[in-house]
Amino acid sequence: MTPILAAERLGRVLAGEVPVTLVRDIDLEVSRGEFLAIMGPSGSGKSSLLYLLGLLDTPTSGRLLLDGQDISGYGEDQLAATRLRKLGFVFQFHFLLAEFTVLDNVLLPMRRLGALDENAARRRAEDLLEQLGLREHARKHPHQLSGGQRQRVAIVRALANDPLIILADEPTGNLDTHASANVQQILHDLTHQLGTTVIAVTHDVTFANAADRRIGIVDGQIDPEWRM
Amino acid sequence: MRGSERDFIKRLIDNSPHITVSDEYRKAQKQPAAERWPDGAVEVRRVKPLTEVRGIRGHAQKLVFVESLPGLRAAPVLMGSVVLTFAGRNEGVTLNGIIPAKMKGVSTIEEKLTQGSLEALAANPNGIVIGEGLAKKFGLSMGSVVNAASPGGEVRTLKVVGIFRTGNASYDENQTFVLLKRAQGLLDRANRVNRFIIQLDDPYAAREVAAVIERQVGYKAVSWQESTEDLMSVLLVRNLIMYSVVSAILVVASFGIYNTISTIVMEKIHDIAILKSMGFHARDIRRIFLAEGVILGVLGSLFGVTLGMGLMWLLAQVEIKPPGASDLVHLPIYWGWEQYLLAVGFALASAVGAAYLPARKAGRVQPVAILRGLA
Ligand SMILES: Nc1ncnc2c1ncn2[C@@H]1O[C@H](COP(=O)(O)OP(=O)(O)O)[C@@H](O)[C@H]1O
Ligand SMILES: [Mg+2]
Repeated sequence: MTPILAAERLGRVLAGEVPVTLVRDIDLEVSRGEFLAIMGPSGSGKSSLLYLLGLLDTPTSGRLLLDGQDISGYGEDQLAATRLRKLGFVFQFHFLLAEFTVLDNVLLPMRRLGALDENAARRRAEDLLEQLGLREHARKHPHQLSGGQRQRVAIVRALANDPLIILADEPTGNLDTHASANVQQILHDLTHQLGTTVIAVTHDVTFANAADRRIGIVDGQIDPEWRM
Repeated sequence: MRGSERDFIKRLIDNSPHITVSDEYRKAQKQPAAERWPDGAVEVRRVKPLTEVRGIRGHAQKLVFVESLPGLRAAPVLMGSVVLTFAGRNEGVTLNGIIPAKMKGVSTIEEKLTQGSLEALAANPNGIVIGEGLAKKFGLSMGSVVNAASPGGEVRTLKVVGIFRTGNASYDENQTFVLLKRAQGLLDRANRVNRFIIQLDDPYAAREVAAVIERQVGYKAVSWQESTEDLMSVLLVRNLIMYSVVSAILVVASFGIYNTISTIVMEKIHDIAILKSMGFHARDIRRIFLAEGVILGVLGSLFGVTLGMGLMWLLAQVEIKPPGASDLVHLPIYWGWEQYLLAVGFALASAVGAAYLPARKAGRVQPVAILRGLA
C-alpha cells in the first residue's frame, strides 16, 4: 500500500544574511491510519517539519508526496485548497476564533469547502461535537470553555472536512493530565476506528507511548539513535 | 455651491433672453471684390462706410422665419437711449420699444409688474412702463407724466402705466418699455427693429438654435451661454476649487479608513493565520477586509448624507441680501438627489480603495510566520 504521506530528502533553509537550516534530509513515510509521534529536544525543528508536512510551509529541497501526489509544484491557492480538503490542524494553544461560537468554528471549514449543504454540515458538526462530548457547548464561545474542551473543539474542527491526516503540534502541551489523557484517547481512536492518520509533535511520554510509531528529530534531522 | 450655481443659472436663463438677434454682424462684411476673388490679393482703397440706418434689414420676413422654427417664441424690439425729464430732473435711460402681446411670450417682465399691466401699455400709445428704482428716484407713480427726449431731438410726453420690480437695482433704474411704434417715432427709426428677443422651450438648446438663426438671418444671434461665457468660466473655476477641496477631504477620509482597516488587520492577524492554515485563500481574506471597507463606507455615507442634509437645511434658513439686489433672499440650496449619489459613489470608491491595501496585506499573511511567533 502506498504511504499517505512520503517525504524524500525534505529540507527547509530560511534565507537571510545568515541562512538558518530548520530541517534537512528528511526521509519519512507515513501509512494510512498510522498514529505517528514526532519527538525531540526543544528547538530541534519538530514544528518546522510539521509545517512542511502540513503544506503550511514550502520546502527548499526534496519532495513531498501527499496521497500519491507530488505537491512540489503547487501554487499558494492549490496548497490552500489541498489543506482545506485533506488536512486538519491542532496546535498547542487553542486556535479557535474568539468571536464565533463553538458550532460556527466547526462549521467554518465546511462552509468554505461547500461539499455539504448548510443543514448537512450542521448535522455533521453536531454529531462530531456529540462524539467528543461537547454537545452542550455548541452555542458557547471559546472563552467559556476549559483548555481541554477547547482542544477537543479544535480536534472537531480539524475533522470537519473528513481529512486524510490530522497534524497536531503539542496538542497536550498545555493541558492537565486528565485532559491530556482524554485528547490522547480521542486521537488514538481516530486512527484505530476511523482510519484517519495522525502526526503529532509531542514532549509527552505517555502520549508518545500511545502512538504506533515514534521518531526523534535532533538538529533538524531524523536521529535513528534517538530514545525517549 | 450647487444651489447657488443653479440659482444663478436659473436667474440668467429666466431674466435674460435665451437668444438675442441684434443688428450687428459677427464678422466685418467683406468687400464685394474680395468675395468675388477669395484667393486674390484684393485691396480696396478709400472704402466709404455705408450710411445704413442701423436696424435689422427685412426684419418682418426674418422674424417670420425665426418664428417658423419649432419650440420658440420671438419678439421684435427697438432699443435706444432717451433722456427722461420730470420736474426739472434729467435721466438717461434705455428705451425698449415692444409689442406687448409678443413680449409676454419671451420675457418675465409681466410677472415683475407690481402696478399696472402690459395691457394698459398696449391700450395707451403714450404709455411707459418703468422700474421701481427709477420711480423712486424721480418720485414717479402710476399716472405720472414724463417727457422723453431722443438724441435726434424728438420729444414725447409719456404717462406711467406700469411699474416693475426685478430685484436687480441697475435694471430697475435703467430699463423702460414703450410701444414699438412709439419708440420708432421717438428714435426716428420708422419701421425699424434692432433686436429679436427669443425664448426657447429648452433653454439649453440656445447655442444650437442661435447658430441656425445666425446662418439664415445673417445677423449676430447670441445665445445666453455665449453672452455669459465669462461668468460661466468663473463658475467652472469655482467648481474646480470645490471639487479639489472635496477630493482633499476624501483623501483625508481615505487615510482614516486605511488606518482603521490596517489596525483591524493587525489585531486579527492571529485569526487570519487560523483561517489561512485551515485552507482559506488569500482572496477570501482580502474579500473580508474589502467588505469591512465597504461597510465603513456605507455607514460613513449614511451618516454624512444625513449630517449634510441637516446642515443644508440650516443653511437654507439663512437670509442674505446679495449686492445689487434689493430684497432679502434665502441662500439658494440645491436638493437634487444626484449630488448625494455622486458623493456616496465617491465615498464608497475611496473607502474600497483605502481598504484595498490593508486587505491585500491581510491576504498575504503567511500562517507559518504567525505560528512560529507563537511556538
Ligand atoms: N524565523 C526564524 N528565524 C530564525 N530561526 C528560526 C526561525 N524560526 C525558527 N527558527 C529556529 O529554528 C529551529 C527550529 O524551530 P522549531 O521548528 O520551532 O523547533 P521545535 O518545534 O522543535 O521546538 C529553532 O532553533 C528556532 O530557533
Ligand atoms: Mg515547536
